[in-house]
Amino acid sequence: MPCTPEEKQRLQKIARDLRLTIIDVMAWSGGAHVGGSLSIVELLTALYFKYLNVDPEQPWWEDRDRFVLSKGHGAAGFIPVLAKRGFIPEEELKTFNHFGSPFAMHPDSNKIVGCDASTGSLGHGLSMAVGMGLGARYLKKEFKTVCLLGDGECCEGSVWEAAMALSNFKLTNVITIVDRNRLMIDGFTEDVMALEPFADKWRSFGLELIEIDGHDFDQICEALDKAWNAKEKPVIILANTVKGKGVDFMENNVVWHYASADSELCEKAKASILNS
Amino acid sequence: MSTVTGTTWNCYDSATMTPREIYGRTLAEMAKTNDKIVGLTADLAKTTAIVHFADAFPDRFFNVGIAEQNLFGVAAGLAKVGLIPFASTMAVFASMRACEQVRTDIAYQNLPVKIIGTHAGISFGHAGTTHHCTEDLAIMRSIANMTVICPADGTETSLAVRACLDIPGPVYIRIGRGFEPPCYPDENYGFTIGKAIEMVPGTDITIICCGIAVLQSIQAAKTLLEQDGISVRVINMHTIKPIDKEAILKAVKETRRILTIEEHNVEGGLGDAVAGVIAESGMGCVFKKHGLNDEFATIGYAEDLYTHYGLDADGIVDQVRSLMGREYEADEDWEDE
Repeated sequence: MPCTPEEKQRLQKIARDLRLTIIDVMAWSGGAHVGGSLSIVELLTALYFKYLNVDPEQPWWEDRDRFVLSKGHGAAGFIPVLAKRGFIPEEELKTFNHFGSPFAMHPDSNKIVGCDASTGSLGHGLSMAVGMGLGARYLKKEFKTVCLLGDGECCEGSVWEAAMALSNFKLTNVITIVDRNRLMIDGFTEDVMALEPFADKWRSFGLELIEIDGHDFDQICEALDKAWNAKEKPVIILANTVKGKGVDFMENNVVWHYASADSELCEKAKASILNS
Repeated sequence: MSTVTGTTWNCYDSATMTPREIYGRTLAEMAKTNDKIVGLTADLAKTTAIVHFADAFPDRFFNVGIAEQNLFGVAAGLAKVGLIPFASTMAVFASMRACEQVRTDIAYQNLPVKIIGTHAGISFGHAGTTHHCTEDLAIMRSIANMTVICPADGTETSLAVRACLDIPGPVYIRIGRGFEPPCYPDENYGFTIGKAIEMVPGTDITIICCGIAVLQSIQAAKTLLEQDGISVRVINMHTIKPIDKEAILKAVKETRRILTIEEHNVEGGLGDAVAGVIAESGMGCVFKKHGLNDEFATIGYAEDLYTHYGLDADGIVDQVRSLMGREYEADEDWEDE
């Protein structure tokens, strides 16, 4: 079993705490990509609290696993994970977006301890992950590189340049995850620029696709176990998620792509998280 | 095998090696002693001469196909895990097709990726304007952390490729198509990134130039001295950024006339970089930027285009003569400013 009941409980508790922190970050920063940060909480939790071989004591250890948040606007979800994992002081999250802060809407790898790539312009992350994978192979290192993309991001042609390269170079040391929350700024992906048949697109590029519920730790862990042990084809995990997951009034509502909220609304959001 | 005009890579075995050729061979040589060097291209291994590196070190050469955005993103990833990537493609694609990857993935993260832009300027004139590149100096020098070099010939290309290893951040080296005649007889002239080279001493006017314009300017200086008695200083400003301010201001003081020559649009390139230094100094002088006059070049073989746009020795002679007739305001108190 990839995820024991005790482990699942532990991960669920972390995920719930992270959701509460995301709401705090939204309040402290004056505005955050809250919807797409809430949709990746379970994925980030499983990676940083079970799979990624990283060490906050030596954050730039050269044999560590790498993580590239290609959907850089998920920073309000990602940076609290780094804090909770011990890379940065949680107290520092209060500076988010403010003058001189290391933290902004999109992460800067030269300012954030434990952040492996500066991202924010969509469609860039997977190419960098390909480079890291090729580098690991040349250096004869065992580390994995995990790249998390947004689904709307896959409108960018450069994503498919990188997908082609993943397959061409048979980079089984690179694991791709797509946060399929079905929403982009202007609405549903299928209304703005249809991605379907999305899974077939990835398969046709020569990747092994595993489709899961991106909020279910059993499925996430099972998929990551497979991806970690891939030998033939690089794995892409198509994680079906809910934008705004965990806050009832934010779920599947495009208004919460990027938003701010007053303290009353933040309390309502937290209450919803604690009740879900 | 001798050079055959019209194809892009059959000049490899010609008696005089070209900048592209020398780049490829120098890189292969450097890689023997530095196992951090990796090479990349986007279906232009032969065209950019990185094929020599590829043949010698297949395990650290990556061809990403015709995908320049991916090329520079992958290069950034390789640099992130501790390697020193040399990525080569045509200048037009490096600076524009993949501009954002160069800016955001490489320069913003301050990664030691060395970008070799070949076929720059109008050196690939007959390929048509899609393959000309008269914007790259302007684009690259506006990107923070980026060092920008435009060598005068193959020898200088080799020196620049070796010297850029010592630069901890990204470097853009702009070279031509591979038919450029040599400018330097050997490597022993003290090449240093950021330090201009005085090619010809002179006291009446200074030509500040880079790339193919250096050899043409040297020839023009000779003609002008012989025919007109004009003493022309020629400065090879091989590093566009960081620019050698000292050499520029010394030339302003000593010759009071400055002509910049570049195989590039006069907007945003070497000329503007020099103009900025002079303007900030408060010193007045006769000044002209010569290059492509904010226009896309017409079609033709490079030599014909250089003649048409006055980038050959004859064209430069004409530019100098016209500037010699212009007055500058005398100011003997510069030292006080």
